Amino acid sequence: MFDLRDLYQQVIVDHNKSPRNFGKLEHYNHEADGYNPLCGDKLHIYLDLDEQGRIADVSFEGEGCAISVASASLMTEAMKGRSMQEMQAMFEAFQQMVTADIAEAPDDDTLGKLAVLAGVREFPSRIKCATLCWHTLKAATEDSGKVVKTE
Amino acid sequence: MSFDVAAIRREFPVLHQQVHGRDLVYLDNAATTQKPKAVIDAVSGYYAHDNANVHRGVHALSERATAAYEGARETLRALLNAASTREIVFVRGATEAINLVAASWGGANIRAGDEVLVTEMEHHSDIVPWQMLCERVGAVLKVLPIDARGELCMEQLDALLTERTKLVGVVHLSNALGTINPVAEIIARAHAVGAKVLVDGAQAVAHMRIDVQALDCDFYVTSAHKMYGPTGIGILYAKEALFEAMPPYQGGGDMIRMVTFEKTQYNELPYKFEAGTPNIAGAIGFAAAADWLSARDVDVLADHEQALLSYATERASAFGGLRLIGTAAKRATVLSFTMDGVHPHDLGTILDREGVAIRAGHHCAMPVMQHFGVPATARASFAAYNTRDEVDALFAALAVARDMFA
Repeated sequence: MFDLRDLYQQVIVDHNKSPRNFGKLEHYNHEADGYNPLCGDKLHIYLDLDEQGRIADVSFEGEGCAISVASASLMTEAMKGRSMQEMQAMFEAFQQMVTADIAEAPDDDTLGKLAVLAGVREFPSRIKCATLCWHTLKAATEDSGKVVKTE
Repeated sequence: MSFDVAAIRREFPVLHQQVHGRDLVYLDNAATTQKPKAVIDAVSGYYAHDNANVHRGVHALSERATAAYEGARETLRALLNAASTREIVFVRGATEAINLVAASWGGANIRAGDEVLVTEMEHHSDIVPWQMLCERVGAVLKVLPIDARGELCMEQLDALLTERTKLVGVVHLSNALGTINPVAEIIARAHAVGAKVLVDGAQAVAHMRIDVQALDCDFYVTSAHKMYGPTGIGILYAKEALFEAMPPYQGGGDMIRMVTFEKTQYNELPYKFEAGTPNIAGAIGFAAAADWLSARDVDVLADHEQALLSYATERASAFGGLRLIGTAAKRATVLSFTMDGVHPHDLGTILDREGVAIRAGHHCAMPVMQHFGVPATARASFAAYNTRDEVDALFAALAVARDMFA
């Protein structure tokens, strides 16, 4: 049977307790808000793109459940130094992973550490918690100015 | 009347199952209660034997359906102790009832500069319809605040009631906090300035005896599904004189006496407010729930629930790291809380895997969350069929959550 520890792996618990890249960046040129009305999760992404369009730095602020905070923490860690193409590929691989059938193994090569979030696919009501940060990051790169909502 | 919780539990088929390999512990009763066999049988019996449209048929089934539907109205009149069935209108639920009052009575009686007073602990359904109305007509929405315990700041009520106050909306029993409000006192004080009062009884009816005449409220609304009845059916009670003067809410079949292209005469009460084929099976199931509640004596059920709530409150205080949201002196059914270091949604997921169903979220009362400075709470809410063992199961599951995040 699916165990709760498959969802709340130690890595997730740790990132929730001490999120990486938490707080406002001193220098940023893009930002966006994300909101999950179901949970009340609120997220703000600060993004610094360099002249080549690579992610020089990225951080987040906000409050949310362990899945949402850990996902944002892990995402910001993984995104530093990435090009827009790499970001897009990881976003797609991540979405595929959290919505895929349980039998399908996550794309570890692309996702690396982010694969610890594969467990959320067993919890349909929690998938949006894991993807909120990704949608918000994407909105930041596009400077859409709209609050990203998961519903 | 003696109370036998095991006998009560036997009447609820859904309770006897396992979830994720554990015995189901259903503590999400403020969201919706489970249904006793009597209600399930009433609904399926109607479809199996009597189904027909009401009021206009001349055949046997239609007459039976009409008798059952109108019989249900009488049962619900008696439950609320309304003076007449002309004061009982079937609607989809408490939300539609409030929207009906805001659109019909509000539209006819609330003008620019008038005031609507609601409380800070209202459900969104008793905020948003008034906000929409106020925006439309240029009226002002005012708010009676709550204090740190989740009680209304009654000392501020008189200052907020003015001769411009046309309506006061107040929840009888708060779904987010469990607070039982002093509605009789609010009604008396509101009437003193000429304001009407709408009481939101969505949570209350399953947990206390209601007497709309003793309360002297102008409007009372409730939903069947929070008192062991089906979803999609509720009632709006209004004093007959108010209903008489109110314009229809929706136009259509059944709400008319005569239609020509020049002019329509509206039907008498309560049909003036029931356009279209109603939720007949729902009304019948609703009445079966009311009968079920009356036969078991709501006061006896409430005593049992109160004992569970006291025990749960005791356990919560001893648990460590739990913060209770809502500690009013008069409280029923609801234990709302947060746990240090664990978001309510994670609690909800973890408890579910332990077989314990609770609600995590803002409970459609975002202003209450803002007041207490929390994004959400976890909420366990008790019904007649819950047991002391289930309270223990709740706290055992909370210990699992605490350990997981330690």
